Amino acid sequence: MLLKELTELNGVSGNEDEVREFIKKEAKGYCDEITIDSIGNLICLKKGRNPKYKLMLCAHMDEVGLMVTGYTEGGMLKFAAVGGIDQRILLGKRVLVGDKKISGVIGAKPIHLQQTSERESNIDIKKMYIDIGADKKEEAEKLVSLGEYVAFYSKYLTLGDNTIKAKALDDRVGCAILLEILKGKNYEFDLYICFTVQEEVGLRGAQVASYRIYPDMALVIEGTTCSDVPDVEKYEYSTILGEGAAITIMDRGAYGNKKLVNYIFNLAKENGVPVQYKQTTSGGNDAGKIQTAKGGVVVAAISVPCRYIHSPVSVMSKSDFESCMKIVHMSLEQFDKNPELINSFRDDLNME
Amino acid sequence: MFDLLKKLTQTTGVSGNEEEIRNVIKEEIKGKVDQITVDTLGNLIAVKKGNGKKIMVAAHMDEIGVMATFIDDNGFVRFSSIGGVNQYNSIGQKVRFNNGTIGALHYEQKLDDLKNLKLSKMYIDIGVDSKEEALKLVGIGDVACFVGDCVKQGNIIISKALDDRSGCAVVIDAINNMPKTENEIYYVFTVQEELGLRGAKTAAYQIKPDLAIAVDVTLTGDTPNSHLMEVKCGKGPAIKIKDRSIICHPKVKKLLENSAKKINIPYQYEVLEAGGSDPGAIHISAGGVPSGAISIPCRYVHSPVETACLTDIENAVKLLIESLCSFSG
Repeated sequence: MLLKELTELNGVSGNEDEVREFIKKEAKGYCDEITIDSIGNLICLKKGRNPKYKLMLCAHMDEVGLMVTGYTEGGMLKFAAVGGIDQRILLGKRVLVGDKKISGVIGAKPIHLQQTSERESNIDIKKMYIDIGADKKEEAEKLVSLGEYVAFYSKYLTLGDNTIKAKALDDRVGCAILLEILKGKNYEFDLYICFTVQEEVGLRGAQVASYRIYPDMALVIEGTTCSDVPDVEKYEYSTILGEGAAITIMDRGAYGNKKLVNYIFNLAKENGVPVQYKQTTSGGNDAGKIQTAKGGVVVAAISVPCRYIHSPVSVMSKSDFESCMKIVHMSLEQFDKNPELINSFRDDLNME
Repeated sequence: MFDLLKKLTQTTGVSGNEEEIRNVIKEEIKGKVDQITVDTLGNLIAVKKGNGKKIMVAAHMDEIGVMATFIDDNGFVRFSSIGGVNQYNSIGQKVRFNNGTIGALHYEQKLDDLKNLKLSKMYIDIGVDSKEEALKLVGIGDVACFVGDCVKQGNIIISKALDDRSGCAVVIDAINNMPKTENEIYYVFTVQEELGLRGAKTAAYQIKPDLAIAVDVTLTGDTPNSHLMEVKCGKGPAIKIKDRSIICHPKVKKLLENSAKKINIPYQYEVLEAGGSDPGAIHISAGGVPSGAISIPCRYVHSPVETACLTDIENAVKLLIESLCSFSG
């Protein structure tokens, strides 16, 4: 299954090569042009029969992870976070270090040696280390260079009937959906399928890609937070697992085009595809940079809810993934039938 | 001027939802410019054509507000802020949704220490007793502005949304009173400033002006025990030196200084330590644009009782007109 293969690849922000190569190989033969731009985005063009409009689909290839920043005399690796990570989830996790994928575990001073004050607070990331089984600094230096990336080690696994556990669901779910669309038909409009880099460190790839393409409309396909868990008030749920793909109204990065957001939500409802609004307005994704590219772009973000996002054990529902796929597909079909729809959401109506 | 301020401040236009205020402004300037367009994000761009320099004037149409995110079984509405909404300023305020529904904003009673107040512990009471009833009035994603009427007392104006409808009023008044000039002027009423200067960024990219002047409010240091700041209400419009988003171009600062001296109006300098504004996005758009701002001193910014001096606003109009006419490169 595509999602299994994608999530088991490593692509910490700035080091997306493995994911890009995989997608490039999968895409071959299904699109008219493949471009890798200067920052590393993979852009696949499916030419339209009547290329009046440009539509951009966007999913990011990168995932959060760590980077090696130093060694201890005893051969342990010091590290920093790449992207937003709750440091409390790190201890005791298995990781793969560098291009050679050296196995390691994240450790810290054992509990029985900690002072009472240390026991009561969280261990800071600066006090953690990666143990790769090296005895001396020199030995560690031979195996791992400074600046090498570290990815979580976590296999794709099915929990129950309908739930998946994996790392990097954010945003390999988007990559998987885009690959399915890529392998499908060509449309009336030019379809730019963009696999972006460095989303987790500031939406950098999307900024470059949207400037280059400057589409008439962009749909961002994401894995988003899901907080329907114990001890969270209902009104604080960002999304609910199993209730369908989540459409963002507004987050910290973008205010989705209202007409487009309504259109997609209603299209899903009318066709009986489960859909929900993302109820909180925190977080952000590639849409933030795409919205303000050049003279402005009509955007919307459609996401698969993921619990424990940015951890090695993200959890999603298969049916939410299916509904996200269906919604993207249905929307493209509508724009295919009536390409002028693409242009109907923007605010710019010449008035005089 | 007061009538215009009243009309503009009392129109709703929360960031991302500027349709209504845009229509009001459009009516005010219709026939006074050569072309009026709206762009992809919703900026209103009015052009007065000319063969001289291309100048962009920016004032943002949007105001802060709240967005409904969740409705509970008893019909109480939870919300997110749109722009910088202060939880303490929000206690006991009224908000108005675009369809006219009014709600009372308050906080959960079990809160024992007001210091711990967060917007997530507050709700909007629209006076219904079930989710079904509430949904007839308010949907998820609907926005509301704060209610704050516009009053004039002597030289003082108190109202919601003087940030930045006072700037919009300055630009509208300038459009209506502009003498003939060679310069080609793009009057832009921008969107989503309160969410991160978004409209100004895309407008500047399309226009690629030779110079940009924004008109917006700024904070003051003239209230009891306020933080130190040289700007005072009533001492004239302020020429922006810097804020968190920009260090203004010396060319623009000089232009504004010289213009103020020439027409003999009081002016002051603004060094704003917190907050950004449209020129922050404009000056790094489209390969770079020399940018600056005329700022209207305003107390209690982002509250329903923003307070500014009418004479400062009137002098800002004169300063803008003189600057637009005298700029020659």
